[in-house]
Amino acid sequence: MINDMKPEDIVGEFKEAALNLFGGMQRKVLYTEIETPYPDGKLIVSTTDPNGVITHVNQSFIEMSGYTEAELIGAPHSILRHPDMPSAAFKDLWDTVKRGEKWQGFVKNLRKDGGYYWVKATVIPNIRKGVVVGYTSVRRKPSRTKVEECRKLYPTLF
Amino acid sequence: MSFLFTVSPDFTPDHLSGWYIFNTWLQKQTGEPIHLEMYNDFTAQREAIAQNKVNLIYANPYDAAMLVREKGFLPLVKPVGVSDEAIIAVGAANPVDDVAELTPGVKLAFTDDPDVKMMGMIMLEPGDLDAKNMQSLSCDTYVQVAKHLLRGDADVGIFLAEAYDDLSEMIKKQLKILVRSQISVIHHSLMIGPGLLDKREQFQQCLTGMASDEKGAGVLESLGFTSWEKVDDEEMEFMIDLMDTLSV
Repeated sequence: MINDMKPEDIVGEFKEAALNLFGGMQRKVLYTEIETPYPDGKLIVSTTDPNGVITHVNQSFIEMSGYTEAELIGAPHSILRHPDMPSAAFKDLWDTVKRGEKWQGFVKNLRKDGGYYWVKATVIPNIRKGVVVGYTSVRRKPSRTKVEECRKLYPTLF
Repeated sequence: MSFLFTVSPDFTPDHLSGWYIFNTWLQKQTGEPIHLEMYNDFTAQREAIAQNKVNLIYANPYDAAMLVREKGFLPLVKPVGVSDEAIIAVGAANPVDDVAELTPGVKLAFTDDPDVKMMGMIMLEPGDLDAKNMQSLSCDTYVQVAKHLLRGDADVGIFLAEAYDDLSEMIKKQLKILVRSQISVIHHSLMIGPGLLDKREQFQQCLTGMASDEKGAGVLESLGFTSWEKVDDEEMEFMIDLMDTLSV
């Protein structure tokens, strides 16, 4: 279950978009052009169950997403989905990890306040006794060169 | 026959005698004959592991993954409040203030400490730097990394944060930190392996109770730790997964 974003949570002027998410979910998102820089030296870490529902987040995740831990645990990971991210990128992510392989890519994430932050993300399946029990996702600071490349490339993938 | 205990070669040299004292304490507490073997470098230690000579190890997170997945080791404990962090530094006179200002071709000084090097390389990525577009200067110790920066033989250095903090004030004044990692969840662990696995619970009990024993607390102090806490299998698996994500 995922709620629509609320205007009272948004900081600054915003636009509105309707997203179709994994599992047939729909969400109204509100987004601004305010970027939060990735904090130096930190890693953003989260774990999900096999269906992409968040089971663990670290402090950096909480700070960068703008949500509380209680709001995040049990929510689908697509709570961070930004309308500028093409769905092809997430299809590739899921196809890759479902094959048991690591996925890596540059992602623009949406904050609770409508702002965004860019990350270099790596997702791997958590395999315990031969069974995938979930996925761990680790984000690190991306290079601006790569971000600029993605900023140009992603709109062409819609 | 005694069991073989070893410590990751990246330990702080100040604590060398502490590990021998710890080994004596551990033998007394567990009643097991344990021989402490300190290897000079990672290559020699990995060779001993490959030959299945090692039964007990204070392992860095990078090796922990291999020990669990390939050698059947399990975690025992980790020191409370101690995590592995890395620092990227340059000479104080270097005009660069941010990793993003470093340019391809820079000369990088580092040690063969695998997890620290990995964390350092991750922190250099925002500057579009990788092993292919930097010159490498491999060093035996972090003091050597510092010396290369001071002499200008290297432009940028990767340090274990603890080792950097332990450098003399005079050296630190001549260096500048560009970025210090705040990862918090990557740590060394004391691990138990083949030949001793049936004693895992006994070892864990001894070690987690060490801080509340008068002699034990003194031994911990000589290692620079306050106490040990249990590491369960899932926590170790999580750290291994994390190391996996960072290695690409």
